[in-house]
Amino acid sequence: MTVLTSGTLTGKNLHLSFGHNHVLRGIDLHVPQGTTASVIGPSGSGKSTLLRVMNRLIEPDQGDILLDGRSVLQDNPDELRRRIGMVFQQFNLFPHKTVVENVSLALHKLRRMPKDQARAEALEQLDLVGLRHKAEARPADLSGGQMQRVAIARALAMKPEVMFFDEATSALDPELVKGVLALMADLAQSGMTMVVVTHEMGFCRNVSDTVTFMDAGVVVETGSPDQLFTAPETDRLKRFLSDVL
Amino acid sequence: MDAFQQFLKTFFDWKAMGEVIPQMLTVGLPNTLILAIISGVLGCILGLILAVMGISRNGVARWIARVYTDILRGLPAILVILVIGIGLGPSFRMLTGSTSPFPLGILALTLMAGAYIGEIFRSGIQSVHTGQLEAARALGFSYGSAMFLVVIPQGIRRVLPALVNQLISLIKDSSLIYVLGLLASQREIFRIGNDAMSNSGNLSPLVAAGVLYLILTIPLTHLVNFIDNRLRIGKPAKKEPDDVAAAVGKGV
Repeated sequence: MTVLTSGTLTGKNLHLSFGHNHVLRGIDLHVPQGTTASVIGPSGSGKSTLLRVMNRLIEPDQGDILLDGRSVLQDNPDELRRRIGMVFQQFNLFPHKTVVENVSLALHKLRRMPKDQARAEALEQLDLVGLRHKAEARPADLSGGQMQRVAIARALAMKPEVMFFDEATSALDPELVKGVLALMADLAQSGMTMVVVTHEMGFCRNVSDTVTFMDAGVVVETGSPDQLFTAPETDRLKRFLSDVL
Repeated sequence: MDAFQQFLKTFFDWKAMGEVIPQMLTVGLPNTLILAIISGVLGCILGLILAVMGISRNGVARWIARVYTDILRGLPAILVILVIGIGLGPSFRMLTGSTSPFPLGILALTLMAGAYIGEIFRSGIQSVHTGQLEAARALGFSYGSAMFLVVIPQGIRRVLPALVNQLISLIKDSSLIYVLGLLASQREIFRIGNDAMSNSGNLSPLVAAGVLYLILTIPLTHLVNFIDNRLRIGKPAKKEPDDVAAAVGKGV
């Protein structure tokens, strides 16, 4: 897998509240070009919300988001999201479209490619995730692992500079997790900038360049996987690791 | 004449039915279908606009859709048809020179159908998982494009059975426009039956009208069930050619 362009993504002092619920309390996250940052933490710690704020699916109350050193908060958020691919826990494939249409829709409608070209491009992406033979199937006819690979192909088709994975393997049966994780590892290896919210500690340890531990809307610890997994500094991270490992 | 024969004569006088059926088929049926189908199509367009307003992020649009729906859904059909047909009749005649009650009848039916269909569409659209909107927006689609390309098509598909029900309602409610006064050539199924009944004092023409309505509506109710099942279970699995061959070979 070859990645043509990838960018450096930085979140600075990001805050977000839903009413009285202060979900993000000044988050800093720096993901240099071509690196993979894993974000771990207990449920409700704000990890998934952080991803949605960083691609502006939810606008932050305060703070800044920089792509390649330039603030993107003044830009059209739709433009920003075309540069950041996102993969969801529940796949969120479009059930009324075939697999290849799922992948080609944005190419045709947003990149303004002619239909034939968008389709050819989509088939190529499906090839990369090993699912070209399922091009005409409906998402409902695929296994969870296949659906997630299509979702990854759909995001990659837009040639994003950064990829977000929001617990991409949490909804999969255990035997299907491996294939998706292998695909994510390939992508990381190929030089894609990635932010991965995950409960897969093995992936975190072996593939990420940095690991960030969040709890209650703040970054508690951040560092290399070795640092965090072998020598956690805070009690909160120690407790978390003893719960999940 | 015993009671049974009296009953047969009142409701199943074949001669009275035979006299009225040709007219019902050549005049009544087309008129009923014109009224129901045109107001159904226009009602769908109005309904979609109301549904989009009803889920819009703009409070004023939501409020207008709400008030409209509450009013038009809450009034008896015959009242709306009379108020619009008779109330707007003179202005309509002055503007267009047309004396046909059809346009205003269709308008009244459309306005009412729009209110119901709007609620049907809205519930369908809102039943689509929020992840669908989120996924489309994450790809870079604007809110509007995401709604029209991804969310609304799924929502509408889910409410097809309810939409067919609405068409059945319209076929029946189209009979009410007789209150606007119809020329002989403008009469729909019910009016033709009703006129024949008034002339002969026999109910059989109305029974014939009823049967004709049932011939229209019963297949549609079965279509609803079919669509409903198909949407729930999906298409029946295609048999591989070998399976078919095997079945033939066994003489099944």
